[in-house]
Amino acid sequence: MSDLALWGLFVAVSLGTFALRFSFIGLHGRLHIPPIFKRALAYVPASVLAALVLPAVTLTGTEHSFTIDNLRIPAAAVAALVAWKSHNTLLTLAAGMGTLWLLHMFL
Amino acid sequence: MKKPEEKQAFISGVQALLPLIPGVIPFGLVTGITATEQGLSPLTTMGMTLLFYAGSAQLVALQLLREDVLPLVILFTVLVVNLRFMMYSASIAPHVHSLPRRWKWPLSYMLSDQAYALSILKFTAADASKNVHYFFAGTAIAMWLSWIISVMLGIVLGTGIPASWSLDFAIPLAFLAILVPAIKNSPHLAAASVGGLVAVLAIDAPYNLGLLLAAICGILAGVTLEQLQLKADSSADNSSADNKESS
Repeated sequence: MSDLALWGLFVAVSLGTFALRFSFIGLHGRLHIPPIFKRALAYVPASVLAALVLPAVTLTGTEHSFTIDNLRIPAAAVAALVAWKSHNTLLTLAAGMGTLWLLHMFL
Repeated sequence: MKKPEEKQAFISGVQALLPLIPGVIPFGLVTGITATEQGLSPLTTMGMTLLFYAGSAQLVALQLLREDVLPLVILFTVLVVNLRFMMYSASIAPHVHSLPRRWKWPLSYMLSDQAYALSILKFTAADASKNVHYFFAGTAIAMWLSWIISVMLGIVLGTGIPASWSLDFAIPLAFLAILVPAIKNSPHLAAASVGGLVAVLAIDAPYNLGLLLAAICGILAGVTLEQLQLKADSSADNSSADNKESS
């Protein structure tokens, strides 16, 4: 991507994100959110994050193939367990990266 | 901040954010490090960080940039990831909409997960004072500074880390760290399972539209299960009421 396209994208994201954040604060009383949309918003984080994590962990290489010897799968499983028990970002990162490095070392 | 109680509210906002900083730093580091590894210059990375001011959205954009996805698809996907800010905006609006523009514009830009979560509790407290917007400003500015500084640190570290460390794996791990605590009930679990599965199946979809498709399917799954549970609950209530009548 050219530098111009890259910065264009950043500025567009910035304007769009500001619009989302400012929406109700700026237009209070004039903007009404349908209840069904409000309920749907509650599921955005879980579905988007899972959609980001699962392919990044389970599929490898440029051809996005699933292989049984993919060490990222057990490493992510350990990280998920730590995230569940600790709710701590740093511990989760350390557990996942640590498991991956250990597996690389011994397998 | 002319009055001492305004200053006090601002300072207690900053103090409320301090315990959250250890959770912010790894994200900022990962963002700075991966952007640098991907070949973005320090200036571009900082520009991106200031313009986005949204960690997950920035990591998503970096991952999609790495895969050479069309800019329009990146924009759309990032805005879906940021839709939650609209929810925060709606929830905090009754408490800040009457402030002047010089307050509303910067506070909207700095409306983060952390600042929102801390401030909404203060705004809705029974004994909320009229200075809560100073508290909000304190959390928001402290969060903004922690984020910008940790991305800068990441940029500095990023140039010295060898590829054999597989640091790109830190991105899905960082997402995992937010995802797992976000799963609070079975509709959330359904949203996550369907979203994840569709994303894997649709990985070869054109223009990387798989992520958007997966997000929409996941959201639908969550809403549908919630609806089914509501129905099951209300019919259970009805039948127990019937039992009472008959007994």
